[in-house]
Amino acid sequence: MSRTFFITSSPHVNDGDSIFRIMWSVVGALLPATLWGFYLFGMPAVRVTLFTVAAAVLAEAAANKMRGRADTTLDGSAVLTGLLLALNLPPSAPWWLCVFGGAAAILLGKQVFGGLGHNPFNPALVARVLLLVSFPAFMTDWAVDAGYLADAVSSATVLGEAKTFLMTPALGALPDVDYLDLFIGFRAGCIGEVSPLLLLAGAAYLYWRRIITIDIPLAFIATVFVITTAAWGFAPEKYLNPMAHLMTGGLMIGALFMATDMVTSPLNTKGRWIFGLGCGLLTAVIRLWGGYPEGVSFSILLMNACVPLIDRYTKPRKFGLAAPAKGGG
Amino acid sequence: MGRHLFRGGIHPPDEKKRTAHLPTEVAPLPELIFLPVSQHIGAPAKPAVKKGDKVLKGQVVATASGFVSVPIHASTSGVVRSVGPYHHPMGAKQLAIEIEVDGEDLAAEPLAPIEDPLNADPNVIKSRILEAGIVGMGGATFPTHVKLSPPPESPIDSVILNGVECEPFLTADHRLMLERGDDIMCGLKLILNIFGLERGYIGIEMNKPDAIAEMARFATERGWCDIRGLEVRYPQGAEKQLIHAILGRDVPSGALPMAVGTVVQNVATAVAIWEAVTKGKPLIERVATVTGDGVKEPKNILIRTGMTLQHLVDQAGGLTDDCQKVIMGGPMMGMAQHTLEVPATKGTSGVLCLPAAEVRATGHRDCISCGRCVSACPMGLSPTTIFNLIDKDKVAEADEWSALDCIECGSCSYVCPAWIPLVQYIRYAKGRVMARRRELKG
Repeated sequence: MSRTFFITSSPHVNDGDSIFRIMWSVVGALLPATLWGFYLFGMPAVRVTLFTVAAAVLAEAAANKMRGRADTTLDGSAVLTGLLLALNLPPSAPWWLCVFGGAAAILLGKQVFGGLGHNPFNPALVARVLLLVSFPAFMTDWAVDAGYLADAVSSATVLGEAKTFLMTPALGALPDVDYLDLFIGFRAGCIGEVSPLLLLAGAAYLYWRRIITIDIPLAFIATVFVITTAAWGFAPEKYLNPMAHLMTGGLMIGALFMATDMVTSPLNTKGRWIFGLGCGLLTAVIRLWGGYPEGVSFSILLMNACVPLIDRYTKPRKFGLAAPAKGGG
Repeated sequence: MGRHLFRGGIHPPDEKKRTAHLPTEVAPLPELIFLPVSQHIGAPAKPAVKKGDKVLKGQVVATASGFVSVPIHASTSGVVRSVGPYHHPMGAKQLAIEIEVDGEDLAAEPLAPIEDPLNADPNVIKSRILEAGIVGMGGATFPTHVKLSPPPESPIDSVILNGVECEPFLTADHRLMLERGDDIMCGLKLILNIFGLERGYIGIEMNKPDAIAEMARFATERGWCDIRGLEVRYPQGAEKQLIHAILGRDVPSGALPMAVGTVVQNVATAVAIWEAVTKGKPLIERVATVTGDGVKEPKNILIRTGMTLQHLVDQAGGLTDDCQKVIMGGPMMGMAQHTLEVPATKGTSGVLCLPAAEVRATGHRDCISCGRCVSACPMGLSPTTIFNLIDKDKVAEADEWSALDCIECGSCSYVCPAWIPLVQYIRYAKGRVMARRRELKG
């Protein structure tokens, strides 16, 4: 008798994880925050999300076809990129902006570099910043005319008000904030960024699944906290309370879901601490002293650019490099 | 508990429940055995018999050719049918001696047992180890007499027996510790005597509490050994990780354990040494685990060298219909075999048969830089970086990123979500790096 056997090199077992499972898990982890956005902002938010995700997926399919590559359309990465972009758009964004953004994220953010794994920058953030500098008016229009928030809050964001006050004190005042509301997510903002509570819950799941590590989010958020606390401590009448900094804008979704993107963050822990610290530093500087009210997207992109350098200078310590311990045992 | 934890590593399911409780069974003799002349690292042995010769069990059929080489012995009696190329577990065909078994199992005149072995001259013991063809039985098959003869500038102050058996599925060493505890202990004593040492260590993973208890009993009785229960983490049984765990010493990059005054031997090797010294028995049999969901009745079997995988698998009820992969050794470092005609050797610790459902097709995605391979690498390397470099033919840089330090444990490939065969790329990188270094030298 003769049978044929399958031959591969060792090892012959694996932990069962895959890119597919990782990407769809992150999508799953974002669902609570997404649904919360739908609840708060109503149908417009649903529309923005659908258009953006659909555009991203179609762009991925088209790019695969053009490049003659294996079909990665439904491996979850395009859906995730589209979803992350959508969650970082205002609920009032027009459909064409979403389609343009979704397609740009995949094509300019990822496929031009060679597809998943080769993109130096977080694709969703590339698209978001592209939209922000191209269509600033649409990207900062926080008006809500549907959903729970329809008439509940003013259309300005906390960070926006704080920045206006900082630049021209005569035109405003530091916003009053209710921290519990902020933490749960009752505020204006981008669709998916408003609820620190639900974002943290999603991130906890990813941490448990070992898809994200604690180093980047912790370094990122702690650095923002420390710097904004210092600024607030010196001039509380001028700067926003650090707790408000933590719970508003895109810090939570950025630190937990965007900066932790595997492809565009450093390979090992030491590098990831440096990366997170850099993100936090830049975010705080932009928020406190820059021209934009928010700086999370810019800081992550800037730090993305540093990743090859960080990886080069944070080589893991090789086993057996330390001097052998004498007379151990 | 071993006090020093190594960095990295993985926690694969240990899959040992299938066979850990099963006493070792003796495999019956087959009709044919095939003895490769290369069953060890180093120079292949030189055939000393020709077609038509009658051979007896224990008779030398191939002699050592050089210092790093050992003789091969007939594992039963019969007639030499051929001396020529035959399947070898490492892949390509190699010279092997085919013996038609007569079923009598007649033994040749054994080597004389060494009297009062525990007080014998170390050199007598060492030459007996060579005569008996003993090699490291954990899988590396490095000639034991060489490992026990470090140069004088590397004094040995510690001996560790490796009873970790961190490869999933395998339970051969586990059974040996339960069934041959005192032989292991006495084998250790012989090794200790070679270096003039009083006490040694046996390292065992904590997932084998019965083996730890059994060995601890003999350790107390005999009084020349400390038993160390070790954290269950792959690759705890890798030499450098084991030394780190027990002694807290790090073998320097590129050096051997003797650089930190340590010799590590497998528990099965210790038994082989004891038998060679007290019974004059050469290394012609060993315990192997035939296991996995691809065989009908997984078992621990006492096998003879040269038995084909077909024969071993038959002892375990045969392959299941859906068996798709047969591996010599464990799932992490074993070699996939293309035929069951391959013979078992001195290093065969197990035969793992996997059904189709547990076999992952090849084909990988691009690296997504998740960094899991970096966290998993017990040698502190960056597997994906070496892979990327060698993929672009950057041999010098692969060398800078320490490709040669890789111990090929497979932890990186195990965790890779892009399914990249990282170890295989690094093996390739090692070959290229060594070729380049030779070139640079002249």
